[in-house]
Amino acid sequence: MQVTTTVNGTEVTADVEPRELLVHYLRDTLGLTGTHWGCDTSNCGICVVLLDGVPAKSCTVLAAMTEGHEVRTVEGLADGATLDPVQQGFMEEHGLQCGFCTPGMMLTARALLDRNPHPDEHEIREAISGQICRCTGYATIVRAIQWAAAHPAGNGATGATTSAEATA
Amino acid sequence: MTTVQERPGNPSATAADRPIGFGRIQRKEDPRFVRGKGRYVDDLVLPGMLHGAMLRSPLAHARLVSIDTTEALAHPKVLAVITGKDLEGLNLAWAPTLSADVMAVLVTDKVRFQGQEVAFVVAEDRYAARDALELIDVEYEELPPVIDARRALDPGTAVIRDDIEGRTDNHIFDWEAGDAAETDAVFARADVVVSQEVVYPRVHPAPMETCGAVADYDAVDGKLTLYETTQAPHAHRTLYAMVAGIPEHKIRVVSPDIGGGFGNKVGIYPGYICAVVGSIVTGRPVKWVEDRSENLMSTSFARDYIMRGEVAATREGKILAVRTKVLADHGAFNATAQPTKYPAGFFSIFTGSYDLQAAHCSVTGVYTNKAPGGVAYACSFRVTEAVYLVERMVDVLAAELHMDPVELRLKNFIRPEQFPYPNKTGWEYDSGNYEPTMRLAMEMAGYDDLRREQTEKRARGELMGIGVSFFTETVGAGPRKHMDIVGLGMADGAEVRVHPTGKAVVRLSVQTQGQGHETTFAQILAEELGIPPEDIDVVHGDTDQTPFGLGTYGSRSTPVSGGAVALAARKVREKARAIAAAMLETRPEDLEWEKGRWFVKGDPSVGKTIAEIALGAHGTVALPEGIDGNLDAEVTYDPPNLTFPFGAYICVVDIDPGTGKVTVRRFIAVDDCGTRINPMIIEGQVHGGLTDGVGMALMEFIGFDEQGNNLGGSFMDYLIPTAMEVPDWETGHTVTPSPHHPIGAKGIGESATVGSPPAVVNAVVDALSPFGVRHMDMPCTPARVWEAMQGRATPPI
Amino acid sequence: MQVPAPFDYVRATSVGNALDLLERHGPESRVIAGGHSLLPMMKLRLARPEWLIDINDLVELDHIVEDGDWLRIGALTRHAGLLESALVGRLFPIVHDAERVIADPVVRNRGTIGGSLCQADPAEDLTTVCDVLGAQAVIAGPGGERVIGMPELHRGAYETAVEQNELLTEIRFPIRPRAGSAYEKVERRVGDWAVGAAGAAVVLAEDGTVAEVGLGLTALGLEGRATAAEEVLLGQRPTEELVVEAGRQAAVESSPTEDQRGPVEYKRHLADELTRRVLRRAVARARQFDDIAVQRS
Repeated sequence: MQVTTTVNGTEVTADVEPRELLVHYLRDTLGLTGTHWGCDTSNCGICVVLLDGVPAKSCTVLAAMTEGHEVRTVEGLADGATLDPVQQGFMEEHGLQCGFCTPGMMLTARALLDRNPHPDEHEIREAISGQICRCTGYATIVRAIQWAAAHPAGNGATGATTSAEATA
Repeated sequence: MTTVQERPGNPSATAADRPIGFGRIQRKEDPRFVRGKGRYVDDLVLPGMLHGAMLRSPLAHARLVSIDTTEALAHPKVLAVITGKDLEGLNLAWAPTLSADVMAVLVTDKVRFQGQEVAFVVAEDRYAARDALELIDVEYEELPPVIDARRALDPGTAVIRDDIEGRTDNHIFDWEAGDAAETDAVFARADVVVSQEVVYPRVHPAPMETCGAVADYDAVDGKLTLYETTQAPHAHRTLYAMVAGIPEHKIRVVSPDIGGGFGNKVGIYPGYICAVVGSIVTGRPVKWVEDRSENLMSTSFARDYIMRGEVAATREGKILAVRTKVLADHGAFNATAQPTKYPAGFFSIFTGSYDLQAAHCSVTGVYTNKAPGGVAYACSFRVTEAVYLVERMVDVLAAELHMDPVELRLKNFIRPEQFPYPNKTGWEYDSGNYEPTMRLAMEMAGYDDLRREQTEKRARGELMGIGVSFFTETVGAGPRKHMDIVGLGMADGAEVRVHPTGKAVVRLSVQTQGQGHETTFAQILAEELGIPPEDIDVVHGDTDQTPFGLGTYGSRSTPVSGGAVALAARKVREKARAIAAAMLETRPEDLEWEKGRWFVKGDPSVGKTIAEIALGAHGTVALPEGIDGNLDAEVTYDPPNLTFPFGAYICVVDIDPGTGKVTVRRFIAVDDCGTRINPMIIEGQVHGGLTDGVGMALMEFIGFDEQGNNLGGSFMDYLIPTAMEVPDWETGHTVTPSPHHPIGAKGIGESATVGSPPAVVNAVVDALSPFGVRHMDMPCTPARVWEAMQGRATPPI
Repeated sequence: MQVPAPFDYVRATSVGNALDLLERHGPESRVIAGGHSLLPMMKLRLARPEWLIDINDLVELDHIVEDGDWLRIGALTRHAGLLESALVGRLFPIVHDAERVIADPVVRNRGTIGGSLCQADPAEDLTTVCDVLGAQAVIAGPGGERVIGMPELHRGAYETAVEQNELLTEIRFPIRPRAGSAYEKVERRVGDWAVGAAGAAVVLAEDGTVAEVGLGLTALGLEGRATAAEEVLLGQRPTEELVVEAGRQAAVESSPTEDQRGPVEYKRHLADELTRRVLRRAVARARQFDDIAVQRS
């Protein structure tokens, strides 16, 4: 069957099997491998994307169910070369180590801040409580989100690492 | 609460703010991860790539009667179905483990644990591969499973390893360390002896990315390229060469980005081997990535030690000796990954941070019908078990003596002047200065205030606990004459090259899985040579491009590879001195170093930067005798000793007396890992390990029922803490450099996982002391805590 | 990750259309809304419907409406929607107490109240909530609409009175004056199934005695309400002694089973302890309202 979904702002049409999970549709059919997966039982939240602006576990959504809806993945966070403040915050505050849970965490952070620009620590922890991180111990993720909340316009960083680009 | 502020060390800060060398700088690897451009094994797509899926045994112990793959092979999208019989023909049905045992790759005679690999399907896509598994018909004849490790050696128990000739029981090994006679004598004359069975239950590293590989065998070239979730690419390459009959120069192992390792990704799993065979058989790349239940049910678990601990002491609280007998459940195959001479890893560090007169441990390893493993999950080779035992026992002693647990520890710490300290089981602790670390933790915690608060709360029937842990661990394996894994000495290499324009590349044998090597190793080089970290490329994970080494686990990257990088950098620096002297037409001994340049002593304006020297090296400058035209160096570092990081942890818990629910209110962690390369990364490592500790102490557990069904085989049952179960961590540090390490660094990766479980459990037991509880085992779930309050504490196994 | 067996998929355009599709595709067809109970089961291949009828487009089933003495909640209302509704929180704080601990915030964005009730897992929190509130279920079928109470709706573990060719469309909570309600759950971790939970709803008469009371347990082996415990309080002033007695009765009525979450004795204790706690809180909340006007404003 054919499915038409708006993915990161662009309308995409593709053939899917009804049973194809959204996470596989994104990764294998659309080649957007920034969305990861980590379990079989919808517990870990590694696969979180934004479905109509709201965090959803893409392993527990059928691609077919996204017909006519909007999906935003980590690839849709940056605006071209300009990183979203959430992405900048994660770099500033060491909110990631292996990077595997990071896309989902950042998307949930983005959705949270869009709804609630000044969340307190409890609200942040609760918002990410459906997503497991095995590396960071969560405190730096909280700080990363707080940084993004405190810098809604970011700081212009492009995340470059060479000295030449960094001072641009 | 953190105040968010602009920090130095960030790309947005000016160059002047950013440390060149050690200090807080943002990670160089982050840009790709925050964009979702990490390259993990399951992201890889090769032309013509096929997908593998593994059929696994539902039974824990059963004879294989028959496998019928006809229907699966008839599936239009299936290209191959591999069974144990097929592998037998290739001499691959069994593979050597890292512990001088063999393990089944695909079953031939019988299955020995639930989840064991039975057959491997290769299909066009992952959905078809999964469908095909259902089309394989397997007949089993059930056998009585051996699940209780305590009964594994009972006469008449089923023999699990009847594949080994002459085997008549489930015994693997006996091993001991320390002086039994001396220890027994000390115990015999001691005023006070406490004894306690302490269980470290089976848990699992469970990295968020499961294990997997893409095998690409090129039949024309005879070359195998294996993209693999591995923490030890070179060791794997050598092992595959030994096992698969493909010559080592024709194997390339590439470890791309890895979504967490924690010791789960050290061993070679049957799925990898089957993917290789699948690629050889089909002539196309084959991807195999396990699902989460496979990961939890078949890959390397951790711990599963039943320990009987005893401490002998004086009435005044001087600890004299520690003695322990351990029953180690290794599962169906002995596949633990640790140095050959150490079947129980470094468990003999159970003497802890204390100055003892005697110590002895004996460990008995047994087979059971469970998945193989044991060494994993940041254990530093069984140091988690050792530290948990001694720190729990010290608290048991404190309770017996009615002494404050901190006071008891302070009284017994190894003193600074005793270092390097030879402990009673053959280790030489390199350096330590324990008291200031302990006192810093107490100050940060407000220890006296906490005890006052506890007294007030107890009067009102509220349950509050304060738990202390002071750990010394041993990491950084290790000197090659003592430490090898399957005959490969545990040295590691580093290769440094400075390019003509002054940028550099460092090639490592270790493999990051999130620890930030692309940043920290650049920082080591930056510290030695003054080249900014952003001008250094760190290459790792590809055996075609990096020097040989044993990989990353046991917190060995900084101690071993870090040492190699520092020494290689110093070679470069000395070479640079000679070349600079030639360029300046002076003598090398007339030059002095400041970070980044050699300059003339007494005339600092006259000098050459590393970049200038690099250009000179590759240019036309007349080079001194014995110096060749490059600024490169290579070192394989054989560390003279292990390193001994330590730390003081204090945990505060509140327990709901009506439900037994434990809340971790605060956790204070003061770590001493010697020289600190990047405090931000160190803090991150500590935070992660502390979360492990809360997880294990309160909720993580792989249990089995009597039939051998794995009760922790999904994330519905195997619980890992979320952001709601852990507090905001409070960390501090002291610095006691390692005297033998080139930069004095000790490593930090596993410290918090090692030190935190006893802190949490000690806190829970402390909270329950009004109920007369002096010990309870992990996991301290609400039910188990409440049962302990009723006087019914039970071990989890 | 595990993936479902093949099936066919169609989107319903209306309730009537959904019923037609269920009829047409017969016993091997299921509706899917949030999918967070059904899809995990399908991925593990414990459920293998041949047809999935997606009802997520039926926006008419996503509503929270005050209608006279009833709060009408569409079956497609998401858990997150219930939690965000100030109206729901004010009238039925038990719903918010429960929603805060149902699954996790991401799952709550998709899961629906209808889906949860129809899944009828013994550890389902909303089942207990609906029981103690005396909720009614509106079921649409080929013969029209019928309205039944909770005792009729629940038939046992994973079984409800919603027939294969019917659709649960709405849940209705009765709005009462001087009402209070509460829920408390013990879980090992956020997102875990309950070790045990209890819910209470009380309506006080003008003289402060208990006019109506609903008590229920989750994951503790009690189907329906703890009627013997309720009897303790009916018509009486809710004193601490009676609360304690009700708790004791609830424990007697429970029949928990031992598992990794705990032994029988502990779970029976939870039945007692948690019943007391939610009763106390429900009564305290009920006492906050002198009259219905204050409660509804």
